[in-house]
Amino acid sequence: MIAIVDYRAGNLASVKRALEHLGHLSEITDRAERIRSAERVILPGVGAAGATMENLRALGLDEVLKRDVAAAGKPFLGICIGIQVLLDRSEEDDAGCLGIIKGRVVRYPRSVDGRPLKVPQIGWNRVHQARPHPIFAGVPDNTHFYFVNSYYPVPGDRDAVIATSDYGVEFCAAIARGNVIATQFHLEKSGAAGLRMLDNFCRLNS
Amino acid sequence: MLAKRIIPCLDVRDGKVTKGIRFLENVDVGDPVAMAHYYYEQGADEIVFYDITASNERRGIMLEVVRAVAREIFIPFSVGGGLRTLDDMRAVLLAGAEKVSIDSGAVRNPAIISEGARAFGSQAVVLSMQVKMTGARPGLASGYEVVIDGGRFFTGRDAIEWAHEGERLGAGELVINSIDRDGTKLGYDLEITRRISESVSIPVVASGGAGTPEHLRTAFTRGAADAAIVASIVHYGEFPIPDIKRYLRNAGIEVREALAPQRLAP
Repeated sequence: MIAIVDYRAGNLASVKRALEHLGHLSEITDRAERIRSAERVILPGVGAAGATMENLRALGLDEVLKRDVAAAGKPFLGICIGIQVLLDRSEEDDAGCLGIIKGRVVRYPRSVDGRPLKVPQIGWNRVHQARPHPIFAGVPDNTHFYFVNSYYPVPGDRDAVIATSDYGVEFCAAIARGNVIATQFHLEKSGAAGLRMLDNFCRLNS
Repeated sequence: MLAKRIIPCLDVRDGKVTKGIRFLENVDVGDPVAMAHYYYEQGADEIVFYDITASNERRGIMLEVVRAVAREIFIPFSVGGGLRTLDDMRAVLLAGAEKVSIDSGAVRNPAIISEGARAFGSQAVVLSMQVKMTGARPGLASGYEVVIDGGRFFTGRDAIEWAHEGERLGAGELVINSIDRDGTKLGYDLEITRRISESVSIPVVASGGAGTPEHLRTAFTRGAADAAIVASIVHYGEFPIPDIKRYLRNAGIEVREALAPQRLAP
């Protein structure tokens, strides 16, 4: 069973629908014991870093994600806000985050070369696979994925960056370190390519 | 750099697509779920549904459509038409839409934009406006006026001023629908699309008038649009979405190449 972490954000059901479509059983849950016993864990969502961390802490799930998921070697997938809260700190709401991945989260610049940059980024952008990873199996390099974000992660360890994209600046679009994988783009809204990556995650050896 | 988006629009009344769609052999052409699925597989980047159901009692049918669509397609889609309250918006988003599109309801009650943005995030709130060229005059500097209720009611509001107001209130995206061009196949109104797009910092979607792939090209270049809504140009099979995208790609415009499931390597 795959646990989709319920921290009172939107967009949880769309991940569940995508998993159903792929034939994978999942459950939206905020219960620590369900997350601990799950085979895999997904932290999706649309939201702000501060509110997300507040809700995770209020539910006692921050420690569960750090100790019983990330450190315990359980396959973990973060999506959108779910990548950003993995780092130490976010400029958004000046929020302290989970610190599972070293680094910080910063806002896109307001302008590039004197021209204003539309923020949030909303739309389809090319994702360059910076290093090979089984999560990309069957997905060509530079495929478009769907993004909705104003902030992006800057991991301290550049080796954790498995994909980049370009929106005024080149930014980290996906991270992997051991059992922890995360994408800034929405796999559940990125058509066949996104579904393929979700399916790849569900089939990674645990 | 973001790809320019192509967004088919489906008008839905009482749970059925209203415009006849003749080219599909094996699809129930009145079924919005089947139609959405067809466009999804064709490589649409997003889909918009306008609920033109007249009676409030039957709006529940639209929510059923939204739920069914959400199980079938895995790209963003938005729903507009008749949304007036936060509860209307919430119901549509919970049913699985990515965005809500508000139009006349926002003109009557602009606070709905900020309330929606606060409750669901700006990315979920699209301000759609119908505009008509009625001539520049005091209080209407641009010459483009906002109209509502399907073009029946003239508000006296300047379209550019309303676009700025919508952005300030928290809309995440603007749809500029030209009433003059709607249904004409003469091309989008590039003038108002460009003037709005260049003066806001949120994405602008051109709507109304597409008749050829060239019209989309000029919407993205001279119109400075981030996305374009298409209706009859795709509904009647004249220009399938893959052909439009090929045309745009050859013209040097960044568009998304959708991957069909069978094209992904095993």
